[in-house]
Amino acid sequence: METFIGKPIKRREDNRFLKGAGKYTDDIKLMGMTHSAFVRSPYAHAKILSVDTSEAEKAEGVVAVYTGSDACGTFGVPCGWQVDFKNGETMREPLHPLLAKDKILHVGEAVAIVIAETLELARDAAELVDVKYEALPAVTCPKKAMEAGAPKVHDQWDDNAAFDWCIGNDRAEVEAALENAHHVTEMTYKNHRLAPNAIEPRSYISDYDVNADKWTLYTSTQNPHLIRLLLCAFVLGIPEHKVRVLSYDVGGGFGSKIYHYTEEALLTWVSKEIGRPVKWTSDRTEAFLTDAHGRDHIVHSKMGFDKDGKIVAHLTDEYCAMGAYLSTFAPAVPTYLHGTLFQGVYTTPLIHLNVIAPFTHTVAVDAYRGAGRPEATYLLERIISKAAKEMNIDPAEIRYKNFIPPFNGTSEPGYQTQVALQYDSGNYEGVLKRGLEMLGYEDFRKEQAEARKNGKLLGVGISTYIEGCGIAPSAVVGSLGARAGLYEVGHVRVQPTGKVSVFTGAHSHGQGHETVFAQFVADKLGIPMDDVDIVHGDTDQVAFGMGTYGSRSLAVGGSAIIKSIEKVLEKGAKIAAHKLEAAEEDLEYAEGKWTVKGTDKSISFGDVSLTAYVPHDYPEGVEPGLDFSSFYDPTNFTYPFGTHIAVVEVCPDTGKVDLQRFVACDDVGNVMNPMIVDGQIHGGVVQGVGQALLEEVIYDGEGQMVTGSYMDYAMPRADDVPNIETDRTTTPCPHNPLGVKGAGEAGAIGSTPAVVNAVVDALSHLGVTDIQMPVTPRRVWKAMQN
Amino acid sequence: MQISMTINGKEYSHDIEPRISLAQYLRENLNLTGTHIGCDTSGCGACTVTVDGAAAKACTLLAVQVDGAEITTIEGMASGSEMHPIQEAFKDNHGLQCGFCTPGMVMTAADILKNNPNPTEEEIRHGLEGNFCRCTGYHNIVKSIQHAAEKINA
Repeated sequence: METFIGKPIKRREDNRFLKGAGKYTDDIKLMGMTHSAFVRSPYAHAKILSVDTSEAEKAEGVVAVYTGSDACGTFGVPCGWQVDFKNGETMREPLHPLLAKDKILHVGEAVAIVIAETLELARDAAELVDVKYEALPAVTCPKKAMEAGAPKVHDQWDDNAAFDWCIGNDRAEVEAALENAHHVTEMTYKNHRLAPNAIEPRSYISDYDVNADKWTLYTSTQNPHLIRLLLCAFVLGIPEHKVRVLSYDVGGGFGSKIYHYTEEALLTWVSKEIGRPVKWTSDRTEAFLTDAHGRDHIVHSKMGFDKDGKIVAHLTDEYCAMGAYLSTFAPAVPTYLHGTLFQGVYTTPLIHLNVIAPFTHTVAVDAYRGAGRPEATYLLERIISKAAKEMNIDPAEIRYKNFIPPFNGTSEPGYQTQVALQYDSGNYEGVLKRGLEMLGYEDFRKEQAEARKNGKLLGVGISTYIEGCGIAPSAVVGSLGARAGLYEVGHVRVQPTGKVSVFTGAHSHGQGHETVFAQFVADKLGIPMDDVDIVHGDTDQVAFGMGTYGSRSLAVGGSAIIKSIEKVLEKGAKIAAHKLEAAEEDLEYAEGKWTVKGTDKSISFGDVSLTAYVPHDYPEGVEPGLDFSSFYDPTNFTYPFGTHIAVVEVCPDTGKVDLQRFVACDDVGNVMNPMIVDGQIHGGVVQGVGQALLEEVIYDGEGQMVTGSYMDYAMPRADDVPNIETDRTTTPCPHNPLGVKGAGEAGAIGSTPAVVNAVVDALSHLGVTDIQMPVTPRRVWKAMQN
Repeated sequence: MQISMTINGKEYSHDIEPRISLAQYLRENLNLTGTHIGCDTSGCGACTVTVDGAAAKACTLLAVQVDGAEITTIEGMASGSEMHPIQEAFKDNHGLQCGFCTPGMVMTAADILKNNPNPTEEEIRHGLEGNFCRCTGYHNIVKSIQHAAEKINA
């Protein structure tokens, strides 16, 4: 019988995407649908003196105009994670209004919404809304935001801090160890701000049905149920069962579509006011100005070593921007998704991280592919490579000296870090060894030495990362400030004919759930993949769910489905035993049928399914039907890891960096579909390369974004990157049934420091020890001149 | 303004506002929503179609500019249920993830292969530089186009 787990099965969702038949939110048209356009602030910080909508209201085709003075102005979207100050003061949590009324806190903040018969008429009328502002000074740098006299983002508090936080060992103890260290390596840099840039802009349609008193919200979100919960219970105060949230096809997310945005809630409110459906689709400039950004940390770090190159202590202080308002998961990103990874893959005995998280006059920062873990990895992997150079140790060798030894998490215990987490299983030496083999490290060093003689600047950069995925269990994240659980729901409905519908609370926006989930469901049930259908993205069909982010779909969502499959097989065995007139314990299930052990007596999955729904000859005390739902709350995070190696050539005349090779050896636990895992790694790597070489959101001193278009914000294009050479080792996750760890973010986490390490390596003989990302030709050229 | 054009082999005629882009016209008037809009400024290429046989970005062409032209969109690539070899190659090589840039990628690939039936990897990468993909890192898109070239030339 054909099996599917571990095979590169082609994706079933591709048929519709390749024919242009995907159903993205902006593709949907409803009868009587109106269109909307926002009036947005051109200032980063300003008082709103007046808003005159009279001309707009009279314009052709206009249905309605609303401002912050209307009832919608009293509602605000909440934050989903609370991180209190170290001194016990509660996190400062400003109202994030659906429309600004008195004050503007970032460029692009919405002041009014215009609803009209067509998009063009809505945009025309939006131009007629006359807003008078009094511009105020702005602060966009998180460090400057904490300086005395900095412009305040929220007037009600003494300074701009949203919270501060620390993790790890006692600071004094860490400082003392650094004092006594043989060698201390120090770094100060910015992990700069990025725009996630899913190619599909955010899009929402709200449709209020007055007769049923129900809303349907079509939304480009990564987690429909959480949006419904926040929208209903925390923003508009409408009954949750009266709202259906649908997110059919979503064109990429990378974190930016996790959050509950003001426009989503506002459109829901508007559709009831006007009694018609209303659509809004962001344009690209609005996306730059209003989608949550990533990163934006100012970092100062010290790492101490003994004379053999073993790490003895690590101390870091960071300023991490929150933006003007607290986005849904923002406070978790520079804290529990960041500081908890400061152990890296090393045995560092003493670690302390202190974080100050200020408000700034910018759009919010939240989780962007990797979320806190790329920032942790960049720091660890840059500073250990810098230390290796300073101590004249090979960068691979210094890693080998410091690795946590291999452990499988079953016969050997997990690894307890200094920063709260317990790693599940790992073999960090294994991935480095394989990565170096793939590259041909020793040969490369010879080639590099020869090249230098000829004036060519070749460099190699290594990064050995770890990350934490499938964040859980709920009780733990709750104690850390999460205002939601982090379990997942998997519902397996066996139809009378033995066909199977699976409803998952996870959500695919490119990851291929429809195929991968069907692979393991088919295998576990011993039925053809064609008999399995995967449903997601509909709150009326799927019981509940926490959505997809943090590489959690398979590890958490997949495990929930497995739990339901177990229940199906358990009940199925009772029915089979009855039909076969055998004891349950005498049956075995394989290849889609229950067989009485040692005999040829068997009954198929399909026959048992039919019996469950036509229960004429049926076991006593067993309910009809074969339909189970399960909630799976993991016992721990999962911890994928890997080695990424970049090879660059730097142009001596222009400073342009040419990424020549990229080698990735990742360990994501067991693999369901290697084609899809490779694809996730490729894409993640290129996003991380983008941060290293090209991308940066820049706000000027007045808070204007100067990188608000594709002409100004440089994302990697096809000719900026090489093919990605991938391989894997396999260290299964010991605590979930599929043994999977997650692969969605690994590429973006491991790659960035590998590239920058390679650039610094190429220039090290010129005395270059560090270059601020993105390593643009100008920065590289300047570094070479110094 | 009255315009008429041939789209995917069928003739269409509409009275439209001069400011409507070709992309909006395809999506709103003809319900050909496979042509996606990712930026409205020619930056991302998700809206790529062919106009009289050459790839063009439908978001920055006015529909009235292409009055009388022959347009092919992603919906015109397959013959019935049979996918075009380029579409097949994208499926076989996992050349897409979220699918949003995909129509533009397929149309651009068609243009690359029309002008250069045996492109090198470098030529393919250069040919794709007007199209963003945020999911795949381009690796499997390049591979898809290489495989499509082999299939078409076989």
